Amino acid sequence: MHDGKCDADYASTVTVSEILPAVPQAISPETCCGPKPPPASSSNERPGYRLLPFVAGFIDTPAGPVPRVATALALADRIGAAAVRCGIGRNRCTIAPGLYAVGAASADSPVLVTANYKLTFDTLRRELAGVDAWVLVLDTRGVNVWCAAGKSLFSHDELALRVQRSGLERVVRHRRLILPQLAATGVSARQVKKKCGFEVVWGPVRARDIHDFLRNGMKADQAMRRVTFTFGERLVLVPVELSFLPKPTAVILAALFLMSGIGAGIFSVDAAWARGLSPAAAYAAGVLAGAVATPALLPWIPGRAFALKGALTGTAVGGLLIFLLRAGLHAAELSALLVLTAAVSSYLAMNFTGSTPFTSPSGVEKEMRRAIPLQAGALLVFVLAWVGSAFAA
Amino acid sequence: MEKLRYLPGVATLALDAEACVGCGTCALVCPHGAMGMHNGKARIADRDGCMECGACAQNCTTGAIRVTPGVGCAAYIIKKWIKGKKAACGEVNCC
Repeated sequence: MHDGKCDADYASTVTVSEILPAVPQAISPETCCGPKPPPASSSNERPGYRLLPFVAGFIDTPAGPVPRVATALALADRIGAAAVRCGIGRNRCTIAPGLYAVGAASADSPVLVTANYKLTFDTLRRELAGVDAWVLVLDTRGVNVWCAAGKSLFSHDELALRVQRSGLERVVRHRRLILPQLAATGVSARQVKKKCGFEVVWGPVRARDIHDFLRNGMKADQAMRRVTFTFGERLVLVPVELSFLPKPTAVILAALFLMSGIGAGIFSVDAAWARGLSPAAAYAAGVLAGAVATPALLPWIPGRAFALKGALTGTAVGGLLIFLLRAGLHAAELSALLVLTAAVSSYLAMNFTGSTPFTSPSGVEKEMRRAIPLQAGALLVFVLAWVGSAFAA
Repeated sequence: MEKLRYLPGVATLALDAEACVGCGTCALVCPHGAMGMHNGKARIADRDGCMECGACAQNCTTGAIRVTPGVGCAAYIIKKWIKGKKAACGEVNCC
């Protein structure tokens, strides 16, 4: 500053800008290399942010521009959803919390509140074709509405905070929020009113009933208020159940093969492989019975306790397996395999309780106190019978 | 859901009929119809249908409903047994 250096620098930058020609707006047809470049940046793009593909435009509001989202799902949304259903990227499947719009939302349009799990958000916006509404997305850390409510992530505190941060009271004239019914586990309507002045209207359980709910003057009939667990709803959970298994399976298979090598000659690698295949198959049958067949056939399997349902299914599938293996094995070995399949199936079926919408924690704890000792006992019986039969042979 | 029933006689759901003011919110938010309305007051319509989600108690303005809320998930309960209640929360992938 004292020696005039900065002034000199400033002068030189001015010079440079004067020397360069103006940046051409249109791409000249003589552009020499590469394919045609992508279209120019949209005026909605901001440095440091990415414009998401489901954002179709923006609505100007007194609280600033609000992204207007498309109600049709793109192929990428569907592929992403399929991956998440298989457990891939399931824990970082979020969208930014805050206010969104669908259709031509105005100051009198209803406000629908939802979670920031992308599958939840997609399920909702897909049902909003032809609806003009605001969608307030809470930060539930990528957890769906019901589970987030159970974990106090979808809570009246978070809702009040999000209402304030989004400036919702400047966007809409009314003071009403439509919440999914299942959020009631974590949201006290009275607390919402107290904390942010908005009234809670309990919407239907499922997004697909939103259209009818709005048309009927915000009234839900009994069917809209009840949780279901249909064959399709159960089946879609199976891949995620299976996605939890690779790690324990590796340990279990290693143990089964090692165990099968023990015999009169202390340990034999040949026996480990030759004999180990049968218990490996029995384990696989247990997984099929407990994590696939039991969820799929749930209402038709006798019993109430999931551990019992799993044990029955495991016995059926295991029975089929030992029938196929009967030629090469002794009766004691076949019995041991049947016990293993039933125990694995029982344990996995018991773990499916967490994925269902009707099991109470008191009930699950009660059945676990009975089932886990029996499952552990069955495992012990299998080990003794399987290793023992190697010495008897 | 009629076909899918869980263990009977375990739910911790309790209603203090005296404290009920008959607002009907519990019956509205219950996803299983475990709470109902009768003569302008709440009543437990199907105790064994209760999954202890806690929605009714959370929204009962007079505290007339008591239930120990939680998640009926074996994986969560196993973690709770091993690590204690606080440590288990949020770690389980089940729901």
